[in-house]
Amino acid sequence: MPTAAKIETKDLHLWYRTFHALKGIHLAIPSRGITAIIGPSGCGKSTLLRTFNRMNDLIPGARVGGDVLLDGASIYRDALSLTQLRKRVGMVFQRPNPFPLSVYENVAYGPKIHGMNDLHGRVRRSLEQTGLWSELGDRWHVSALSLPPEQQQRLCISRLLAVEPEVLLMDEPCSALDPIATARIEELMIALKSTYTIVIVTHNMQQAARVSDYAAYMLLGELVEFAETDKVFTQPADSRTEEYISGRFG
Amino acid sequence: MRTGRLLSSPEEERLTRPSPFARRAARGSIADVLAAWTIKICATLAIASLVLIFVFIGREALPILTSEELHEEVDVPRLFLPQPGEEGGSEFAWRPVSTPPRFSILPLFVGTLKATLIALLIAIPLAVGAAIFTSEFAPSLAREIIKPSIEILAGIPSVVIGFFVLMVLAGWLQSVFGWTFRLNAVTAGVGLSLAVIPIVYTVSEDALSSVPQTYREGSIAMGATRWQTAWRIALPAASPGILAACVLGFGRAVGETMIVLMASGNAAVLSFAPTDSILTFSAAIASELGDAVHGGAHYHVLFFIGAFLFVLTFVTNLAGQWWVTRLGRKLRGELVYVPTMPSPHVATGPGDA
Ligand SMILES: Nc1ncnc2c1ncn2[C@@H]1O[C@H](COP(=O)(O)OP(=O)(O)OP(=O)(O)O)[C@@H](O)[C@H]1O
Ligand SMILES: [Mg+2]
Repeated sequence: MPTAAKIETKDLHLWYRTFHALKGIHLAIPSRGITAIIGPSGCGKSTLLRTFNRMNDLIPGARVGGDVLLDGASIYRDALSLTQLRKRVGMVFQRPNPFPLSVYENVAYGPKIHGMNDLHGRVRRSLEQTGLWSELGDRWHVSALSLPPEQQQRLCISRLLAVEPEVLLMDEPCSALDPIATARIEELMIALKSTYTIVIVTHNMQQAARVSDYAAYMLLGELVEFAETDKVFTQPADSRTEEYISGRFG
Repeated sequence: MRTGRLLSSPEEERLTRPSPFARRAARGSIADVLAAWTIKICATLAIASLVLIFVFIGREALPILTSEELHEEVDVPRLFLPQPGEEGGSEFAWRPVSTPPRFSILPLFVGTLKATLIALLIAIPLAVGAAIFTSEFAPSLAREIIKPSIEILAGIPSVVIGFFVLMVLAGWLQSVFGWTFRLNAVTAGVGLSLAVIPIVYTVSEDALSSVPQTYREGSIAMGATRWQTAWRIALPAASPGILAACVLGFGRAVGETMIVLMASGNAAVLSFAPTDSILTFSAAIASELGDAVHGGAHYHVLFFIGAFLFVLTFVTNLAGQWWVTRLGRKLRGELVYVPTMPSPHVATGPGDA
């Protein structure tokens, strides 16, 4: 892999009580660009993604073994607070989940809780980055829940950008959207990838092929293959990857 | 076969033909109609009794406005305006059995307001705080214990609460704070708050528990602490329910009778000091109606107060209801946005979606 790893997992295991969901994952996600995590349902994609910002800590009975490094520092062992970690590693969910507040307050939320200055400038820049600023005009004080789902999802991305994260984790961010809306989110991801390290979980092979630079294939809690997307899709090293991809494109 | 069926009588046809499903459906529809009617009758009865109560109270209160004979002793201005005092000057006094009687309801109004306000000032922070704790912070086991415990408080008869305040709390509070009057607006308010807390708590807790978990996840994933999430996300999202809880609590505090009767001192003094004894509307009605001469001025004034209480709680509930719905619609983004003025920004924006 080129460039230094932004996120690196070392023999990462995760148990949901007795269920072994991640089985010794070794993965080095390069800085910047888009990394797609693909694999059949229930293979542990979301679980892996949630170890990167420690959202699994909220699940009673979830236990982590091994380590995850962010810029070479352990996020589980080193003195990085959860608050700081999640500020640096933001997350977009499957269903758009803007807060029941106004558009402005949604974006201002992160800077406020992290005590950042220049609230207005931040809100404006983040909305501009996702194209919402010009689309909404002066409607930044309407309830976020009154927006259509695609704008809601872009608002959720703006909300993250406002705290200047380094990594964006996206768990099937388009699965609740129609194809046109999906295309807009994909465009946005491509526009953002020069600044941010984006990790996306997707069921949609075409989407992974379209947007990602690197692809990881998971199966039953294991990482089967990780390489440049072109390589994974055209000449996979593992026969299980080939089977899955040809089946999904078929 | 075919001829047989064609020849069979309608009765026989009805008995033999319908499938069990059809018959169940038919029975179901009869049951449905019955249920619908029962519900309609119950609803009508409930509304009718409410109207009847109001008509009854209103009829007994009306002479205050209309009866010439009664106006010798009392009329509406005299209920609200200062009257000549016993030792000269003017005063707002409630002395229904002196000669001449004084029927200023202002001391009662202020007394009711003081007790209610103190009760809500104590009950709302405690109850909402407890609701936030159980829904946002407590482990589920603690919640399973705390919630029913507070709800049991709602089942305690108000006479028991009144008794407790009268016999235990009032003396204790007086020895701590050195009050002149053992029973006063504060003791009444404290007693009332015991009755109000369970209502406000239960309704607020339900409102907080029904805030979608995805909001909290979104906030936590942004690096917010649980406190920030509770305070800035969950609480505003639950605000319609919490507001409804407060309105219910207000209704309970204003109408509650036995606790104030036992714990307020029952002295109609016009004073804004919380440590003076008070007489509330409800306590005045409860303690004086039995002795008031049927059809006399005192009797009708008490009914007038009853009507006033009725209207007060009705209007509060209505206004509360309206506000709750509005808040809910605002949260769900249903309030239609009407642009005030085309701003320069809109004019330059490439497209307004
Ligand atoms: N909170 C939990 N408790 C117990 N088991 C869980 C929990 N969350 C997930 N699992 C299990 O862990 C495995 C991996 O789940 P995960 O959600 O990571 O899969 P996924 O690859 O994201 O699937 P999908 O494509 O359906 O989203 C699944 O078998 C799932 O049943
Ligand atoms: Mg998933």
